Amino acid sequence: MKIGNFKLRHYINYIVIGILTLVLGTMSLTGTRFDNSLLFLLEKVAISIILAVSLSLVVGFLGELSLGHAGFMCVGAYLGGKVATLLVPMLGNGPLTFLIALIAGAGAAAICGIIIGIPALRLRGDYLAIVTLAFGEIVKSLFQNSSDDSFGGSLGLETPRYDKHYLFILAFLLVLVTLAVIQNLIRSKHGRAITAIRDNEIAALASGTNVTKYKLLAFTLSAAFAGVAGVLYSYSNYTVQSAKFGYNYSIEILVMVVLGGMGSINGSILAAALITWLNTKLATVLTGDLAVLQNLLYALILIVIVIYNNAPALKGFRDKYNLGALAEKLIKHDPARVKDDKAKWDVVPTKISMDEILSVDLVPQDHDQGGSK
Amino acid sequence: MEQIFSTLVNGLSLGGIYAMIALGYTMVYGIAKLLNFAHGDIIMVGGYLIYVGMATQMPLAAVLLAVVGCVVLGICIEKVAYRPLRGASPLAVLITAIGVSYFMQSMAQIIFGSAPKMVTVYDFGAVELFGATIQVSSLVTLAVATVVMTVLTLFVKYTRTGRAMIAVSEDNGAAQLMGIDVNRIITITFAIGSALAALAGLFYLLKAPAVSSTLGAMPGIKAFTAAVIGGIGSIPGAMLGGILLGMIESVSYKITAIAPYTDAIEFSILILILLVRPTGFLGKKRREKV
Repeated sequence: MKIGNFKLRHYINYIVIGILTLVLGTMSLTGTRFDNSLLFLLEKVAISIILAVSLSLVVGFLGELSLGHAGFMCVGAYLGGKVATLLVPMLGNGPLTFLIALIAGAGAAAICGIIIGIPALRLRGDYLAIVTLAFGEIVKSLFQNSSDDSFGGSLGLETPRYDKHYLFILAFLLVLVTLAVIQNLIRSKHGRAITAIRDNEIAALASGTNVTKYKLLAFTLSAAFAGVAGVLYSYSNYTVQSAKFGYNYSIEILVMVVLGGMGSINGSILAAALITWLNTKLATVLTGDLAVLQNLLYALILIVIVIYNNAPALKGFRDKYNLGALAEKLIKHDPARVKDDKAKWDVVPTKISMDEILSVDLVPQDHDQGGSK
Repeated sequence: MEQIFSTLVNGLSLGGIYAMIALGYTMVYGIAKLLNFAHGDIIMVGGYLIYVGMATQMPLAAVLLAVVGCVVLGICIEKVAYRPLRGASPLAVLITAIGVSYFMQSMAQIIFGSAPKMVTVYDFGAVELFGATIQVSSLVTLAVATVVMTVLTLFVKYTRTGRAMIAVSEDNGAAQLMGIDVNRIITITFAIGSALAALAGLFYLLKAPAVSSTLGAMPGIKAFTAAVIGGIGSIPGAMLGGILLGMIESVSYKITAIAPYTDAIEFSILILILLVRPTGFLGKKRREKV
């Protein structure tokens, strides 16, 4: 469907989430009492979506692995929770306090994002992954050892209680804000610059892309929204404990991004909702020692999906039986998804073998695509 | 004085363990260009295999079982999870490695339960040295680590296979053209790394006699930190980084004021070193080409 410049598929996620928020929000405001566990699930889904979409900006679009997303969330949760606790006696437990807490949490996380983004400019790939992991552990350790009256130490920080019947509406409005910012960024020329860095940093640099600026931008923005998710978490959970924000949580967010398909915002949203729902369902079914089966499932999802999507040997199979063909069609012309380009770049050999030198056609063909590599 | 001496011995033995794990990381990284996130969990598997082997009451048999088991496991991981992705983007390989690590931890928890298993491999006792009480196991660790690292250095320098390893790490394509079977070299590298990890598992059990599914996670991350500090891909670098990290940890634990922040301090040092020298102390600068 296309009306003028308006393409429905570009806005489908806003529309779906918007309608959902509107319907459930009106019902809640007009007096329908939802089950507490449903409200809690809705909050958790919103938090996961914000986390997954923001991580997707760094992993899926910038092409750098961040293993410290939970660390940024942790900063947001503690700072936001603390600010809210301090403000409630003065301003009351209303939307204003929430907004200030939100700004404080997101701002603190964004500053951490800049601090981590600076080494990110000098490091790539594996090194950067380990720095983000180290950052997550440092943050966790600092809050864990904080004094009781500052951030509650190992017992955790008590945060104000907020009416659950309103909180989920705020949470979903924040999901829409996240989408608006990140999706619009990705679809703008800035977003194309970010994906250009992912596809080939040197080529992007040579074409005049300000790599420093865009890497920092992506890191900071991603961290800021992780901070937003953290503030929501502190409001939704009443207590913030640093142990929750370990490496495992970062991996869980990564699983959402990978499962949804790297470089697909809608995929991240669906996967985040699915995994969060699955988590709550599995938590009731798998108790005690069986709870670990959930982790086993995540591990298998990661391995199988990544090998299936990336193994050079499976390329023929992927092209023949494209399981994602349907999804591809739906988002085919989405400029946010630079379709299959990654795969094309990756098969261009960095060193030309003897066979290829002998087999080069004098008539230029597809080889042009690899020209800048 | 006694304090300083015992801190020194502890630091060196801990550093020896880190160095051995870091060697596994650095060799695999140098040769296969992949960060084997699952390496730390091989330590844990080694620990559990020793626990299983101790049913025979023969510590040597248990250690042998652990080493052989870990070598087989390391080779299997490489064949099943990493080989299909050779030539794929580094990000894909990294995420798979994390998946493998997660898989092994949950598998161990399913098989052995979440409660830690107590296992006393061998009680070496303690001795008095220069007025300080030193655990003999620390000295054994230090001695074994020194021997292992010397043998490994000699192996890489003077044997045919070892030199093939250097060749592959320097230029994969050229090594292949010279008739080196790159796949075989990668398999051997994984085997050596896993054997070292199994030994590291043994030394952890000598220090604290309990094995749980997360035994290898923290040491793994820290040893990787050590490898990065020393310059990843460099064998002497891994040893240097390991010893350095062990000393830092041991000293930091001794000072009460900063003891709870030990992990944070170690990771901050990693970030600082990477900022100043992105390739670590002994790492080679690699200029990226288009």
